[in-house]
Amino acid sequence: MNQPIKIVTVSDDSDDFVLSDADAQAIEHEKHHYEDPRAASIEALKIVQKRHGWVPDGAIKAISDLLGIPASDVEGVATFYSQIYRQPVGKHIIRYCDSVVCHITGFEEIVTELEKQLKIKPGQTTPDGRFTLLPTCCLGNCDKGPTMMVNDDTHVRLVPSNLANILEQYQ
Amino acid sequence: MSLSINKTAESHPLTWCLREDEQPVWLDEYRRKEGYVGVEKALAMHPDEVVSLVKDAGLRGRGGAGFPTGLKWSLMPKDESMNIRYMICNADEMEPGTYKDRLLMEQMPHLLVEGMIIAAHAIKAYRGYIFLRGEYVEAAENLRKAIEEAKLAGLLGKDILGSGKDFELFVHTGAGRYICGEETALINSLEGRRANPRSKPPFPAVSGAWGKPTCVNNVESICNVPSILNRGVDWYKGLTTNGSSDCGTKLMGFSGRVNNPGLWELPMGTTAREILENYAGGMQEGLDLKTWQPGGAGTDFLLPEHLDLPMDFEHIQKAGSRLGTALAMAVDHKINMVSLVRNLEEFFARESCGWCTPCRDGLPWSVKILRAIEHGEGQPGDIETLEQLCRSLAPGHTFCAHAPGAVEPLQSAIKYFRKEFEAGISGQANNLREIRGIQPNQQ
Repeated sequence: MNQPIKIVTVSDDSDDFVLSDADAQAIEHEKHHYEDPRAASIEALKIVQKRHGWVPDGAIKAISDLLGIPASDVEGVATFYSQIYRQPVGKHIIRYCDSVVCHITGFEEIVTELEKQLKIKPGQTTPDGRFTLLPTCCLGNCDKGPTMMVNDDTHVRLVPSNLANILEQYQ
Repeated sequence: MSLSINKTAESHPLTWCLREDEQPVWLDEYRRKEGYVGVEKALAMHPDEVVSLVKDAGLRGRGGAGFPTGLKWSLMPKDESMNIRYMICNADEMEPGTYKDRLLMEQMPHLLVEGMIIAAHAIKAYRGYIFLRGEYVEAAENLRKAIEEAKLAGLLGKDILGSGKDFELFVHTGAGRYICGEETALINSLEGRRANPRSKPPFPAVSGAWGKPTCVNNVESICNVPSILNRGVDWYKGLTTNGSSDCGTKLMGFSGRVNNPGLWELPMGTTAREILENYAGGMQEGLDLKTWQPGGAGTDFLLPEHLDLPMDFEHIQKAGSRLGTALAMAVDHKINMVSLVRNLEEFFARESCGWCTPCRDGLPWSVKILRAIEHGEGQPGDIETLEQLCRSLAPGHTFCAHAPGAVEPLQSAIKYFRKEFEAGISGQANNLREIRGIQPNQQ
């Protein structure tokens, strides 16, 4: 509260974004799995994100053109789903489970240690752009908690002392 | 210490062919272990006979709600002109405390594919989707490989095994959000929309994906189907124990600070005590069981005295909770109930899709109050406000079951552990001005 409002200039790359041929082809391919091309919108966002790391404004427009649906609908979908990032994220995404069984087995200690090592809070990205730290709901490893995913890898039975070793694997 | 379990096809239809090395069972091995015999039998039958068989077997939905699977199938329109129909598998396993569908999909992908083919035959669907949560990367890979294997073997695609039946199956992966597990929200998500639940009726059986008749079943429900076809109704009904009125086996588990948290296939009606003590090895050294949730985050807490109840839909409901996913969570005496419920409600508040007001605004309100009580800053009247919220978010006040599920643990925690909530009330209502008709609440 009462902090001066900082005006941050973000480089607007919406005009620069060009959907790669490979991505456009992958999206075209997805379209045929469904009765209506709209159904490929989430997969299209994931395809763009896989290459680009996140979904810039220009990609929303490109996907809307490709699927023949309004850009506002693509944006509506992009902002609804938690795994679609509409702002830049780190090279590696850490998603720690903060659900109830991990509450019992102690995810809070894990987050505290992650915050200490990365010097960021959940929802933030390290200044070097290496890691983004995000909470996620139950990862379905409740018998092996606390648990987290780094990118597509699942790490279970976490203990604070072992986190540095895990982070080391992601340069 | 876990029991050494001798698994046979007769006693453990879901898990008997799992490998010791936890690697997936691929097509050749699956076929050696009675795989796709169910499909052969089903395709030789009329679709309506398959529906009747599953209905008679008494299989109830394993996703949490327990709706009879055969009955759901029989709700599909009889009108043959409605010939575009969809079979959808709900594999969006995200209920906190649940880790059963992951095991089936990662290690037994063909069991789900086989169940989907039989279900598609029964409801006359030409196309199916497995709606899988995005985080289940290994399950996606294994299911896709299983589908490819099945296609090459003539088990998917055109004219399956020469029967004239066509069926194509796709894996559709999600992009997060718990609400996608609600069946109409799932259909919206599949269509590429925001996952807001739809108003019911019409039910998906009449108007589902793209307005076509659609059936949505949980992974474990579908995985029960092949063995019902293979071994019959009497065998399936005879699997239960302790006089349970339910049928078949169920993946059950215990998590929390127990010695051997895990997942086991057990007869419906196995007591919670047997699972906790014999399979999960009891509570860890120095910890006592304080309370437990029988089947996921959205089920009411039960007490240690309820442990001797058979785990089935009927008995757990009589005790004031729900069987849910039957993956129980033990809460030990060192856990504060206010913190625990705050964690649960934070989850439900974050995952609310925002479509209807009681859920979108009521759940964050409960979190605000619970955080205050947790820090000893609760105000007189806060517990009553929470109880009022439990009533306002009860079934019938919202579009879907998200908010009603969210208040189940809250209401039962207040019922059984009111003292812990009262301990967080600071006693002084400072900074408050009571307005007629509105519950006082200030952080």
